[in-house]
Amino acid sequence: MITDDGLVWTIIFALGAGTFLIRFSFLGIVGKRPLPDWLLRHLRYTAVAVLPGLVAPLIFWPAATGGELDPARLLAALFTVIFGLLTRNILAAIMGGLSTLYVAQIALRLI
Amino acid sequence: MTVTTTKSAYALGLQDGFPFLIAVIPFAVLFGVVATEAGLDLLQVLSFSVVVIAGAAQFTALQLMIEEAPTLVILVTALAVNLRMAMYSASLTPYLGDAPLLTRVFVSYFLVDQSYACSIARFEENPHWSTATRVSYFFGAITFVCPMWYAMTVVGALIGTTLPEWLALDFAVPITFLALIAPMLRTIPHLAAAVTSIVLALVFAFLPYNLGLLIAALTAMAVGAELERRA
Repeated sequence: MITDDGLVWTIIFALGAGTFLIRFSFLGIVGKRPLPDWLLRHLRYTAVAVLPGLVAPLIFWPAATGGELDPARLLAALFTVIFGLLTRNILAAIMGGLSTLYVAQIALRLI
Repeated sequence: MTVTTTKSAYALGLQDGFPFLIAVIPFAVLFGVVATEAGLDLLQVLSFSVVVIAGAAQFTALQLMIEEAPTLVILVTALAVNLRMAMYSASLTPYLGDAPLLTRVFVSYFLVDQSYACSIARFEENPHWSTATRVSYFFGAITFVCPMWYAMTVVGALIGTTLPEWLALDFAVPITFLALIAPMLRTIPHLAAAVTSIVLALVFAFLPYNLGLLIAALTAMAVGAELERRA
């Protein structure tokens, strides 16, 4: 139980300020100054370099199963990617992925 | 899709941001519930979501407060979780760097995984967009996501129960990001970067302070850039 109000407010504002500075870093300081080509080339891969690594542990070791590999969740992840590649529609891929998860969960329970 | 006016870019942002709600709502409710159970009052719970506006870091800080970790350890650990956002900031700079300072302040505040992910996808797809059009798109993308993050934290704090477990909405977080990443894998360097990121994030998952993800991301960027240079 957290009872120290002062600590809570300190954490909220310090974490808020720190997080803002991280987000503002390049947008704020670099602004419109041109970046070198080699850096731009690296930055072009930011999304595909950060997001897959961010979700990989959630897919392979889901907290909901206590970190156990879950065939239903693996299948759902695979089908989300397939639906995403085929339709190039985010909503369709999400719906396809969630549907796969529900169907797979029911099917695995029946086996 | 052709977008010529800032107004239609805003509408496109709204449309692209909307699907993320399926992941954001349960995550926010969960934070409200857990934070309230940990002893935070309603104002503290809401302030957490409004001031910090970063789910994973909020959960990390909360957990460490429950464990009575030293203040500095709490801050360093939670900030490390957010360091990936410096990469988002750098990645958006070529597209939004010439916006007015105040605009960049607001963009920075609202720079979350969801707004970054859909913005960078559209900005790359539409290189002819003006900065004003890009800014409109960005604010469209956060219009549902961020206010719902605040509101649903409060709902979680008030109702005190999470959404039913059988909905498996914990998995909505990876699913929404996978749905967005999939269409980005359009070249070999992009695919190689994604695979590097996944493998290294899993291999280095044992490292403290979320360092595993940073190592994975920086290496994956280098792999993508190097393959592009050789192509």
